[in-house]
Amino acid sequence: MAERSFKKEVEHLKLGEGQTFTGEGILAITKALLESGVGYVGGYQGAPISHLMDVLADAEELLTELGVRYEANASEAAAAAMLAASVHYPIRGAVTFKGPVGVNVASDALANLASSGVNGGALVIVGEDYGEGSSIMQERSHAFAMKSQFWLLDPRPNLPSIVASVKKGFELSEASNTPVMLMVRIRACHVTGTFETSDNVRPALTTHDALSSPRKDFNRVVLPPMSFMHEHDKINNRWPAAEKFIREHKLNETFGPENHPIGIVVQGGMYNSVIRSLQRLGLADLYGNSQVPLYVMNVAYPVIPSEVLEFSEGKDSLLIIEEGQPEFIEQAIGAVLYKNDRKTRLSGKDVFPMAGEYTGQVMLDGLTAFLKKTMPEILPGAVRAPNQEAPQIPDISETVPIRPPGFCTGCPERPIFAAIKIVQEELGEHQISGDIGCHLFASLPPFEIGGATMGYGLGPASNAAFDGGGDKRAISILGDGGFWHNGLSSSIGNMVFNRSDSVAVIVDNFYSAATGGQDVLSSRADNPTKATNNPISDAVRGVGVKWVRQIDRTYDVPKMAAIVREALTTDYDGPKVIVASSECMLNRQRREKPQRNLAIKEGRRVEAPRFGVDEDICTGDHACIRLSGCPSLSLKHLDDPLRDDPVASIDQTCVGCGNCGEVADAAVLCPSFYRADVIHNPTSWESMIGKWRSMMITWLQNRRSRKQVTFGAAS
Amino acid sequence: MNVAQNTPETLNSGALDGVIKLAVMAVGGQGGGVLTGWIESLARHEGYSCQATSVAGVAQRTGATIYYVEMAPAGDGVPVFSLAPANGDVDILIAAEMMEAGRAIMRGFVTPDRTTLIASSHRALAVSEKMVPGDGIADAGEVLAAAEIAADRLVSFDMEQLAVKNGSVISATLFGALAGSGALPFDRAAFEEAIKRGGKGVDASLKAFGAAYEKTRTGTTDDSDNILPDPETKLYAQVNGSTKQKAAYDSVFQKITNLPSEVRELAEPGLRKVVEFMDVEYGHEYFSRLQSFVQMDNAEQGWELAREAAKYISNAMAYDDVIRVADLKTRAARGDRIRTEMKAGSGKLLQVTEFLHPRAEEIVGMLPARLGARWEASPKMMARINRWFNRGRRLRSDSLRHFIMLYILGGLKTYRRRSHRHALEQAHLKKWLDLCKKTATEDYSLAVEILKCRRLIKGYSDTHARGLSKFDRAISSIELLKGRNDASQWLSRIRDAALKDEKGEALDGAIKTVESFARN
Repeated sequence: MAERSFKKEVEHLKLGEGQTFTGEGILAITKALLESGVGYVGGYQGAPISHLMDVLADAEELLTELGVRYEANASEAAAAAMLAASVHYPIRGAVTFKGPVGVNVASDALANLASSGVNGGALVIVGEDYGEGSSIMQERSHAFAMKSQFWLLDPRPNLPSIVASVKKGFELSEASNTPVMLMVRIRACHVTGTFETSDNVRPALTTHDALSSPRKDFNRVVLPPMSFMHEHDKINNRWPAAEKFIREHKLNETFGPENHPIGIVVQGGMYNSVIRSLQRLGLADLYGNSQVPLYVMNVAYPVIPSEVLEFSEGKDSLLIIEEGQPEFIEQAIGAVLYKNDRKTRLSGKDVFPMAGEYTGQVMLDGLTAFLKKTMPEILPGAVRAPNQEAPQIPDISETVPIRPPGFCTGCPERPIFAAIKIVQEELGEHQISGDIGCHLFASLPPFEIGGATMGYGLGPASNAAFDGGGDKRAISILGDGGFWHNGLSSSIGNMVFNRSDSVAVIVDNFYSAATGGQDVLSSRADNPTKATNNPISDAVRGVGVKWVRQIDRTYDVPKMAAIVREALTTDYDGPKVIVASSECMLNRQRREKPQRNLAIKEGRRVEAPRFGVDEDICTGDHACIRLSGCPSLSLKHLDDPLRDDPVASIDQTCVGCGNCGEVADAAVLCPSFYRADVIHNPTSWESMIGKWRSMMITWLQNRRSRKQVTFGAAS
Repeated sequence: MNVAQNTPETLNSGALDGVIKLAVMAVGGQGGGVLTGWIESLARHEGYSCQATSVAGVAQRTGATIYYVEMAPAGDGVPVFSLAPANGDVDILIAAEMMEAGRAIMRGFVTPDRTTLIASSHRALAVSEKMVPGDGIADAGEVLAAAEIAADRLVSFDMEQLAVKNGSVISATLFGALAGSGALPFDRAAFEEAIKRGGKGVDASLKAFGAAYEKTRTGTTDDSDNILPDPETKLYAQVNGSTKQKAAYDSVFQKITNLPSEVRELAEPGLRKVVEFMDVEYGHEYFSRLQSFVQMDNAEQGWELAREAAKYISNAMAYDDVIRVADLKTRAARGDRIRTEMKAGSGKLLQVTEFLHPRAEEIVGMLPARLGARWEASPKMMARINRWFNRGRRLRSDSLRHFIMLYILGGLKTYRRRSHRHALEQAHLKKWLDLCKKTATEDYSLAVEILKCRRLIKGYSDTHARGLSKFDRAISSIELLKGRNDASQWLSRIRDAALKDEKGEALDGAIKTVESFARN
């Protein structure tokens, strides 16, 4: 079960004609899919569309009722390949993943799909991960649409527009026999709002029924000579059909006055941000009525030359607002204007930065610069001639520490990296490559383990150059999510085939944890609709790894360290794989905490562990933190004039995972840590023994305190 | 990056009159999403158009996160709201932690013309602050000072502590502070309804909400829990022990009371520490060592040398060994403290597991001085002892068997005088103090700095060895510094460098610098 449950929200997906839906963008997308008569859905999780996968999973019952097939695909490539059903069958299909990394993975299938062309509407919903909150390289998915030729929708970020884009997207796809990519930015996925719903529609032909009468069309196969015909078909038929549809259905929108010397061309997704800046400049009202003409490209690709020419008619200057680089739209519009002998001046990346997110400030600055250049008279006085001194706020940038993401409290991955760090202290630094997943946080302080990451499931593959071995073996990290996504073949298979002499550590936390705790093949939970409990170690042995070590409690740091040490020093020169398994603590707590509280309430015996630090024994060196970084293990200043440095301290959020004690033992740190197990509702026998023990202990303590001088708190 | 330069001049176009822009900056896992949900639900129920967004993703794993809400009284049209906060254009900024408030200020989201800043004053330390071997904690006071300038209105108190005290989490107290601040045009009941509609942990949330609301309304900023004990009562801590023991202690305590008050302030806790470490006799030893420094010092110098001597001689004399650990772990006060901290009240049992890992060094250290020295010199013997003893030991100190083991060890306090470890420590102490005294006659402030270098020695086993080596490296640089006017400043810099990282790379760098100018 995923980290966030949408069971309650899924009820909203049943709303019918004329009702109002209130909620998040991703739910609105799901609702729009159902209203469009989609026949199958799928995808692969990843921010910002992880929750879309969670919604689909939680809505599986409703989907099944409607005859819609839901698939939690093995990867983005698998998801995109699933759209093959729409090549031959008139069935609408939609898949979702993050962009551009998911699109990278899917690009093989997407290119084939785009070449074949589609019969049923094919929609790829891409969560574009650009700007604040992004965890990946900063690129645009736009380029993929251009090279493979599928249409790219970038709707205004409000629920009615997004919903309309889903519906029109399917129609556009069918009208032009071309797959359509619907791009939603990070914040748009989570934006809340309302829209008027209509009834859900059963697919005209379900995937189930389609199997009764299979279809095939030789002309759709990507083989010569058909592939050459596809290339021409794209240009001669599909593109014109798309342009016609986009124009006729007014997918792009214009706002503001018709006759004006300047105009702004904006990607749909940037619309709200542009309006906000215009509002602040007094050039638009609260409802978005703009005094400057806007051409909003809800279709980011292709550019419709006729619309561009109409909009630029009679305008001296155009401003293109396009986030990211290269500036594909600006180039395309420039070409359109030039080839049509237009004298309209083009602005864009001259007043806006080429790279990086268009934040509120960037937008305001860029727009102001453009207006100052073209129509300064419409700017408010304060902007034209600022006479107010900006307030002087002290610079605290040296003080405020950065706060990158890290392992959660009690994370089972922490002891794995603590063990590797301890072993490296003995054997020296090793070449270590990382992978995508929570375990990549190990590359940050305090562990600083693993450098490059080349892609999901590619950790061991990115160490392939070192497969031949050397003085010290190379180590690579791979998560269970990455393992099943791509790692089994591309990384482990590669190691086996090339007789790699290196070590792969597979971090098995029972979920695709970084993306929100979705189940994978090796998850230990029983999933009613998915096959889980397929051990990673079996799969690894299955592809021919002979040296496999399975550890079922990663918190056992001495054991973990011993296995890593063995892998690095053994005489065996083939691939060595360590599968380190313990459940993701975030998910485990979510599962166990309510059960535990209920048990305590019902009077059943419960042991609740938590760690503590004896502050008199802690010397304030913080060696423990350099092997942990746990949020619940922090520091505090003691009210003791003899002490200089703050001591370690564990707060009430500690879940008693054991890492502190294990690390103190394995790295021989210090005796300050203790584990306190509070026994709720102890048995009467236990209570009796406990009472007797504490009586004896108290007697001994009193005996000693009479014999020596000690100091208590002032009374 | 300077903040002030990024802040745009106030833009009051009027188009956004009535729109309230609110951002929440939190640390992943603090419940920023719950808070945002409440605010949104509140606004909608009070007849506002409202839009909320967030940046989800891996940042939510303990990283800095941001949520953003805009609202306006519902009218005829659909307002176009922004999806992200802009510099200089945020009306209410809620920071769930002090450095996140700082981050908001740095990003220009807190400006004097409009922003009500609601910031919890507590700290959730970042990894970079915690991992430093010395004190790497960022200065929250600096952020608070900036907040006072940057914000139009500031509501700041420890909302984390208040939440925990009321059995809830910080989202509830932040919501209470928001209600209490009056920054939103809704009454208290409307806020409470939003919590009730949320439907999770309602009672605890309402309690914490109410506490924060009251605190914000009444404007009390002092924290009754944080009132420091009266310094006088602190000075005269309660003495426990038999009458005879107390009388013996009094004899040494009287000596201390005759010291100048500046020195006494540190000498009293110093004395208590060494007496607890061993016995009253050891207290006399402490006094005589301290006395020699007091005699060399005077009021003109502010008794700096004697003050540092009072502090660090005590720390050095009460070194960290197995006996001290066992003693501290078997005290009644410790048991009580754990019981309170873990909320193991009546009807609950408490089991305590200690994590100990003795090595040959610790075992040999407890042996009589001569035998210990001989064994330690023999690698064969050390290997054998390691084989017998060197492994992680988990002791259940609530069980009688393990308690008695620790109790017996802890009872070796006075025997310790004859131990190998004690001999080592005494020799080290003497060498260090002799150097201080010798230096004091030539360079007073350098001597003070030498005393302060004792701070470098801390921890157990490897950590202790590393600390000792840092101490030695720092002390050895004195040869290079002697006679320079700025010798003390340099030693201070070297010490600070040693506390920056684990391996002492910064320290090596600092020493290299000293070497480079010393050669010239």
